[in-house]
This record gives sequence, C-alpha cells and structure tokens, in this order.
Amino acid sequence: MTRRLLNERDIRFLLYELFDTESLLQRERYRDHSTETFQQILNTAQSLAEEYFENHNVKGDQEQPTFDGESITMIPETKRAWDAFAEAGFLCAQYNYDEGGIQLPEIVLRTAISYFCAANIATTGYTLLSIAAANLIREFASDPLKDRFLPPLCEGRFSGAMAMTEPNQGSALADITTTAFPTGDGMFRLVGNKIFISGGEHTLTENIVYLTLARIKGAPAGAKGISLFLCSKYHVEDDGSLAQRNDIKLSGLIHKMGYRNTTSTALAFGEEEGAVGYLIGEANQGLKYMFHMMNEVRIAVGAGAVALAYQGWNMSLNYARERPQGRLPSNKDPSSEQVMIVEHADVRRMLLAQKSIAEGGMALCMLASTLFEDSKTASESGQREEAQLLLDLLTPVVKSWPSRYGVASNDLAIQVLGGAGYTSEYPLEQYYRDQRLNPIHEGVEAIHALDLLGRKMRNGTAFRILLDRITATIRRSRELEETVGLSAQLERHVELLKTISDSLLAKLDRDIDLGLANASLYLDVFGRTVVAWLWLEQATTAALGLQRTPLGEADHSFYRGKIQAAHYYLYWELPQIEWQSGLLRELNPICFDMRNEWF
Amino acid sequence: MKVLVAVKRVVDYNVKVRAKADGSDVDLNNVKMAINPFCEIAVEEAVRLKEAGVATEVVAVSIGDKSCQEQIRTALALGADRGIQVETEGSVEPLVVAKLLKGVVEKEQPQLVILGKQSIDGDNNQTGQMLGALTGMAQGTFASEVAVDGDKVNVTREIDGGLQTVGLNLPAIVTTDLRLNEPRYASLPNIMKAKKKPLDVFTPADLGVEVTSHLTTLKVEPPAERQAGIKVESVADLVDKLKNEAKVI
Repeated sequence: MTRRLLNERDIRFLLYELFDTESLLQRERYRDHSTETFQQILNTAQSLAEEYFENHNVKGDQEQPTFDGESITMIPETKRAWDAFAEAGFLCAQYNYDEGGIQLPEIVLRTAISYFCAANIATTGYTLLSIAAANLIREFASDPLKDRFLPPLCEGRFSGAMAMTEPNQGSALADITTTAFPTGDGMFRLVGNKIFISGGEHTLTENIVYLTLARIKGAPAGAKGISLFLCSKYHVEDDGSLAQRNDIKLSGLIHKMGYRNTTSTALAFGEEEGAVGYLIGEANQGLKYMFHMMNEVRIAVGAGAVALAYQGWNMSLNYARERPQGRLPSNKDPSSEQVMIVEHADVRRMLLAQKSIAEGGMALCMLASTLFEDSKTASESGQREEAQLLLDLLTPVVKSWPSRYGVASNDLAIQVLGGAGYTSEYPLEQYYRDQRLNPIHEGVEAIHALDLLGRKMRNGTAFRILLDRITATIRRSRELEETVGLSAQLERHVELLKTISDSLLAKLDRDIDLGLANASLYLDVFGRTVVAWLWLEQATTAALGLQRTPLGEADHSFYRGKIQAAHYYLYWELPQIEWQSGLLRELNPICFDMRNEWF
Repeated sequence: MKVLVAVKRVVDYNVKVRAKADGSDVDLNNVKMAINPFCEIAVEEAVRLKEAGVATEVVAVSIGDKSCQEQIRTALALGADRGIQVETEGSVEPLVVAKLLKGVVEKEQPQLVILGKQSIDGDNNQTGQMLGALTGMAQGTFASEVAVDGDKVNVTREIDGGLQTVGLNLPAIVTTDLRLNEPRYASLPNIMKAKKKPLDVFTPADLGVEVTSHLTTLKVEPPAERQAGIKVESVADLVDKLKNEAKVI
C-alpha cells in the first residue's frame, strides 16, 4: 500500500480510461507503437526516476550548487541522472525516427516525465528546459543551425536554457535592453545582462545553448523590437567540434528557497568583445518564437506542480496509515488502542483535499497533452485547429491552477504530519519550498490572469469549444445514478462562469484598468470550474468502471475514491466561485480603489 | 555461441501482494507485472556475453499465456535477439517448466542456458537444477561470476561458506544470484527495436511435453500481522517471554 512515485493505478486510469490514449495507435505516426511499448517506456521512466533522481532529491537541496568565482560545483549525482535520462532517449523521444527519436506521443512522454518530476523536480528542471529549447530550435531555426545544435541537444551532450529576464525586467519583457550589434556576416554580438536564468551554468554537459532575447541596435521600442538569438557557451565549429569560449560569463548564482539543485544564474553577455549570437527566424519576431518555448514550459511547470502535490499527498497518506495517535471522539476508554490518524475525520478531509488537487491537476495536465497532440496529429484540420484554440485558452489555467493549489496541497501534507511535517526529517517541508516557485516562474500568476481575461477570452470560439465539451460531460453524467447530482452541481456553476464571463467581457474596454483589476479572481473561478469539469469526467468514468464484472476489491475502492473526491471538489471547492463571481460581476473596486498612500 | 535465457512473468517486486478473499491464490487483478529480477540478471549476463563477443545470439524464452510476451519483449529491449513463448495456461510447476525448457534446449541447441536461481513469486529454486538433471548438462547455480573459456565455463558460486568456483564443460546451465551483475534499463530506441525482433510461439505438444500437475494449492493466506513491540524489565523477563510466550527457546 505504500506509495512511492505517483500512483500507477491512477496513471492507467487517466491514460486509458479517462483519455483514450489507445486510440492514438490508429494514427499513422504511432503505427509502430502499442500499449505495451507505452508501458515499457513508463517502466523505464519509473525505474530511472527511482534509481537516479529520487536518490539525491534531499541531498541536492542540502548541498546546492556553489560558485567560487571561477567554476561551479555540483553534487555528482546530478550528472549521473542527466546522463541516464539522455542515454535512455528521453531528450528527443517525441522526434521522428530519422532525427533519433521514437515518435512518442506527447501524453506518454509527459507522463514519463512526471515520474522524474515526482522523484526530483530540481534535477528534472534541466531536462525540461533542454527539451523545450530543442523544440524551439527544431521549429524556427535555420537548417544550418539545426544541423549544428539539434543532434548534440538530443544526445544530451549540450543542454538548453532560455535567457529572457534582465535585472530590471522580469514580467515586463517588452522593456528588455540587451542589445545585438550586427557584425555584417549575418551574425550578431550581444551585450547585456540576464538574471534568474535557470540552468544557465552547470557541470552536466560540455556546452550550453542559450535562447536569448535581445534588441537589434536601432530596433523599435517595446515588444515589436525584440529578436531571438541562439548563443552557446562554447563556439561550435562546422564539424561539430567545440572551439573557444563565447563571451558569456557567469556573474553569480542566486540562492533560492527551493528548486535548489537547479542553478539560477546571473549571466553577463559581452563584457569583452560581445557574445556571438545567431538570429533565429526573422528580426523583431523574437517574442513570438519565445512564446513557443514558454507555452511548453508553462505546461511543464503545471505538471511539475502536480507531481510535487502528488508526492506530498502520497507521503502524508503513507504516514496517516501508519501513525497511531489518539482515539475517536466516541471512544472514552484510555486503555484502548490508539487509532491510525487516517481514522480521524479531519485528517481524511486533508487527504481528500490533496487527492482532489493531485489527481485533478494530473487530469488537467494530461488534457493539455491530448490537446497538444491533437493540434499536431489529429487527422482533420478542423480538429487540429479546435485543439490548438482550446490549448491556448487553457494554458494559463494549466500553468496556474496546479501551482496555486499545489502550494495549498503541500501545506496540507505538512499539516497531516503535524510537528513531524515541519522538520527536515520528512521531505514535506522541501516539497513546500520547491512548490512555492511554481506560482512565480514562467510568468507570475497575475500575468496568466491578464492573459486569460485580457487576451484569450476575447476569442469567443475557444470558450465555446470548452463549454461544448463541458456540456457533453454533463449530459453523459446525468444518465448515471452515481453522478446525476454532481452533474447538476456542475451545470449550475458553469452557468455562473458563462454569465460573469459575458458580463466582464462586455465591460472590459470601458475602463480596461478596472476591467482587468480582478483578473486573478477570474482566473481562479475559471480554473476551479475547469477542474470541477475534469472531476465530473473522472467520476463518470469511475461510475462506468464500477459496473464492470468481475471487479476486484482494489478496483472497487479505486473507483469509489474517484467518485468521493469528485463530490469533495464539486461541493467543497467549486462553490467558492459563487462569492467570487459576485465580486467579479459588480467589478468590485475595493482593491482597485486602494491608494498607495493609504497603506 | 548461442545463449538461451529464461524469463518469468511475476508480480513486480515493489507491489505488496494480497491474497484473494477466498484464499485460493494471490490477487493478480490489475497488479503490475514484471520480469522476475533474477531472470533480468540472466538476460543482462547473456547480453554482456554478446557484447563481449563471446555469444553470437541470445534467445529469450518464457512460459505462460500470451501476457508473458510482454516480458519477452522486455528481454528483447534489453538486448536479446529473438524470443520464444511456450504457450501454457494457468500456473505451471517447476518440473513442467524444466521439461518444457528441455524441449526448447533440444530445438535450439544452446551452448549456455542462463536462468534466475528462483522466481520471487514461487521461491522454489528448482527449475535450473531440474533442467540440469533432465538434460544431463553441467550446472553452476547461484552464480556471482561467469567466465567462458573456450569450451568451458567457470562459474563462481555464492555458497554458505563463501565463494566456490566450478569449471563446467559446455553446454552448461547457470543460475544467477543477485550479485552477478546490475541489469540495465531498456532505452526507448531499444524498446522500439524489440517490437521488430522475431518471437515464435510453441505449444507444449510441439515440444513433446504433456503439462500435468503434481501439486495442489490448498490455501493462500497473508502472514500474521506484526504485533507491536514491548519493553521488558530485565533479562529474566526476556528469557521468560521467549520461553513461554514466543516459545522459541
């Protein structure tokens, strides 16, 4: 019963019962695969995660990377983990066979990666950044750049990082000042400073590729003047060999609250002759390309947050099942045996809340993977477009909901253990610290709230597609005794989301500052509704599962647990949107009207 | 040199098994299955022999229903060249497994047969030895080192008193112990390549073996739950409890 990484039964449920992953096998691209290969790949992921990643999750936190002004020192387990990940072929698994990949479907790849995130989020961070960097280069870079940089990125000889943030520009990317000077031979020399660059320096690979945002000398101000460059730590010759060092220097490491084994770096570009950079795609289109990488990393952040929530839940569940403490209120006999703390109602509440976040979040991230998949490989162009629209709409939610509620979930995990949870004897305080980064990096929550309400919701088609899907679930769940009540509960709240969305959008442009003032609240209402939908979907699938015969005892309990968690989410969490909607509907100005001098 | 390795499909070692409510067997419904860890070591050893240029072909064989093809595929992903499934239904006891393997040995004529010393479900530790008796091949059991030297193989065995090295004439049988090697993981490209490797299916009749059962399982029940520990006041107390409560002295 002891849970280690994630929960295999739940993963199988999500992959094959909730989402029809098996149907991907009918697509030409996945003809060589089978559910057996998917399982073998997940087995490899789980085994590697247990052996090479889980082993130094705590050590990487306690002995974080250090910089002596010359070179960086990291615990050696990190490189062994990187090498194991690369040698197994995970860095380019989704690519075509002729590129060294195995054409692995997105949902299987992301599920595999979830095992690594659950084992060690900080070390896995390097792999996620590198995969995303390679994907961007594959999509937008010229053939010569691809030929030079993609193979070593796929093999894990090089790693990737994204260099966006600057000392004075974090969320406001449009104002970055790093400058690229053309050298006349099609190349550029970059000068500027970057900060909080994750994986910007380390000892894992022989070279590091930086996807760097900069402004070409004389480019227009704002977002329209930003270009994207490929710079590398060491220059790479035409034959692939490494030449001298590029003019990119590590100025220092930033010490963080969590994610400590992922280096966070301050980098100086061009302190001497200027850092050589190659323009990716067209000039002044950099943000557009970068969003390709950012959207992928945002979904990965959501999935990482889910993995941390899952692990906190697993650990606190294991503890609650083994830790005797106290007796039930009805038992006044002090000589009777103590009960395991899972027998206490309030502990079960905290475990159920965590279950609803971990499994709800996992379903949300897997939905994102299926949409990403369909946007690329669905047979009809209409299906591809629809999937892309819905993915764009949901990306802010996929990033933000697991991040926000992952923190809440890890907080509950600590609470289940009580004093023990607050100590470093258990990994829960570390999960909490690691998790706390997720609502911050790849765009703070407020940025995603503005993106959702100010941009994505203006596309009425995307919202309509979402509502249609939710309605389809409501209809199906209405037919089953187990879910008929849940169905009505969701329907009422979806109506609320519809009403306030219409009302907000109608008022938005009258006073855009006030209109967007409560965007974070709207993001929360939206996120809760989407996750409630996915819980109804899970409960419906579980209700159908309960009808199967023969049904083993373990499966019976599993399905009952799903239905119970759906009830928790729809009756305890979802109704919060009732008061939130009230504030939104009236464009409540209390926070907006607060003045600086009143503080 | 051809090497034959046997792989068994068993409950994954991480799974905490439960008895069925009716006590007839272990509940395998929706339980994660894997290659028996000792068999995995056998596959690794065979693949290493091939990588070292000693073996020319590695054949992985499993006995069971269609689902054991999954474990054969895993062996293929780890580096075996082709697979053989001997199709049987239900559980098959060690003597029958040994007879079926003898049939495969006669068909394939391997110089070396590598098996796990035991499977983690039945824990019988019989198949390798029975196969030795049935085929008349030399056997080196509980191997912690295997070195092929011309037409001989030197097998270092883990025995109670330490290590013992036996020299066997080929063809020979080796059963693996835990310390023989550390198995690799199947890489993603190798998992895909394994799908294209040949896998033949035989019935026991093809091998001239009749599947019979000599054993009946009477009951499967979980071990007694561990009781909480207690502190004793004195040595005399301890001795008394060991003698009268635990009845171990």
